[in-house]
Amino acid sequence: MERNIMMAGFGGQGVMTMGKLLAEATCDATDLKVSFFPSYGAAMRGGTANCFVVISDDEIGAPVCYNVEDLIVMNGPSLHAFLKNVKPGGNLFINSTIVTDPIDRDDVNVISAPVTQMALDMGNDRALNVIMLGVYVGYTDAVPEEVIIKGIEHKFENKPKLIPPNVDAFKKGIEIGRAQKK
Amino acid sequence: MAERVFMKGCEAIAEAGVRAGCRFFAGYPITPQNEIPEYFARRMPEVGGVFVQGESEVASVNMLYGAAATGTPAMSSSSSCGISLYSEGVSYCASARLPVVYVNVQRGGPGIGAIQPAQQDYLQATKASGNGGFRMIVLAPATVQECVDMVYEAFELAQRDNNPVLVLTDGVIGTMMEPVVLPPMKTDEDIKAMKAKFADKACTGHEPCKQHFCFPGSVGTGQEIANKEAEKMYATWDKDVRVEKYLTDDAEIIFAAYGISARISRAVVKQLRAEGIKAGMIRPITVSPFPYEAFSSLDFNQVKGILDVEMSIPAQMRWDIDHAVQGRCPINECRRSGGQLLTNDQVLEGARQLIKEVL
Repeated sequence: MERNIMMAGFGGQGVMTMGKLLAEATCDATDLKVSFFPSYGAAMRGGTANCFVVISDDEIGAPVCYNVEDLIVMNGPSLHAFLKNVKPGGNLFINSTIVTDPIDRDDVNVISAPVTQMALDMGNDRALNVIMLGVYVGYTDAVPEEVIIKGIEHKFENKPKLIPPNVDAFKKGIEIGRAQKK
Repeated sequence: MAERVFMKGCEAIAEAGVRAGCRFFAGYPITPQNEIPEYFARRMPEVGGVFVQGESEVASVNMLYGAAATGTPAMSSSSSCGISLYSEGVSYCASARLPVVYVNVQRGGPGIGAIQPAQQDYLQATKASGNGGFRMIVLAPATVQECVDMVYEAFELAQRDNNPVLVLTDGVIGTMMEPVVLPPMKTDEDIKAMKAKFADKACTGHEPCKQHFCFPGSVGTGQEIANKEAEKMYATWDKDVRVEKYLTDDAEIIFAAYGISARISRAVVKQLRAEGIKAGMIRPITVSPFPYEAFSSLDFNQVKGILDVEMSIPAQMRWDIDHAVQGRCPINECRRSGGQLLTNDQVLEGARQLIKEVL
């Protein structure tokens, strides 16, 4: 089984970190094949940023795929640019704080979470990506949630203060993802 | 099994170089290979090696030339238009029979090209990376793990032959991250032994009377002798030809692809097999020396067509495939260029077109 995930937003929203966290944690804690491919414009903050993660039990071909099972959009322009790339029956995760346009497809599952607002409410405005990763994992079970928690602990091993708030943020996301599961 | 770590292609290339014994790196920034010099800049001080950011590609490759002349395991990297600027220096290294390793993380071309990935330098890499008709072993990894293994091996091959070795990869593999298992670190004793093997040639300074010259070729009639010696060395490379034949035994449709295009083709072969179509793939792992035999020995009563898959327009590896196939079956091309990435769907579409035409 191969799972292609595309994540998109603008620079500064932690899109790359979200993809890398998912991919690296999968590498460290499972035997699955996994790849991460970043794609971004020339501007760092405010520019376009998207990345691709492929998780598979078999060898991975292209690390870039425009026909994905899962699409995560963190901002409005990404929705319009990439909605067409979701397979029929695939999953669309939206950051509903700022992605407010109607979704003109009825053959995809829409999972929405106001992750920008949630991060602000938690007093940790940078955690929106970790919350969204929680929503994703909670909904799809693409990898066990412990795998990501280990990944967070590993990522912040030099800044241990940041582990509990990020694990909390991730768990909040998990709850939302689970709640929207059919 | 050793622990797997999640690494970016470029960083894995650099770490493999360090582990292979590289203790001198010079380079000049260019996308999409900047993480290689960046990694060396951080890593070399930890292992007592030297990192220099040259003022240009020309300066960097000539520093590589100089470092190798002292017997120090040395490496460099650049991308496409940067590699063009390496031509003179690499030709001099070949002429002086110096064991340098360098990496081309290909981007678009010709000219300055696009910063996005491409496979636009095949003919340059395999046929004429500089003036004078010298040849090199050129390795083409298709995964981040192969980047690691091939850079490691490149040092062994370069030192075996006293000749430059090129690792030819592209901006997808250089930029993507995958799990890798890293090879063991060469010890200081290992590196001392590498240098000792080169001691009778190395320029180690004026004192105490241990000066040697690494001439670029030789003057006068010596040049012809040197070229004949090099030719003898090239003739030993039959044993170094490496190729992967994937599901070719009963294949009627053969994909021909290297590097990033090969890993995409493999996925498409699997998909076609699931549909009952007898597809297979020949993947040159050494693009120089090229595995002509893998193509020329195909049973053309069985093989109905070949699909050459490359991120290059016009196609370049096509020349080598043509040379081996000699018109015995149709060859179609599936290509992208200018920073446009090949996807599974495009390769599948190319395959369906070929199938329609020949099956």
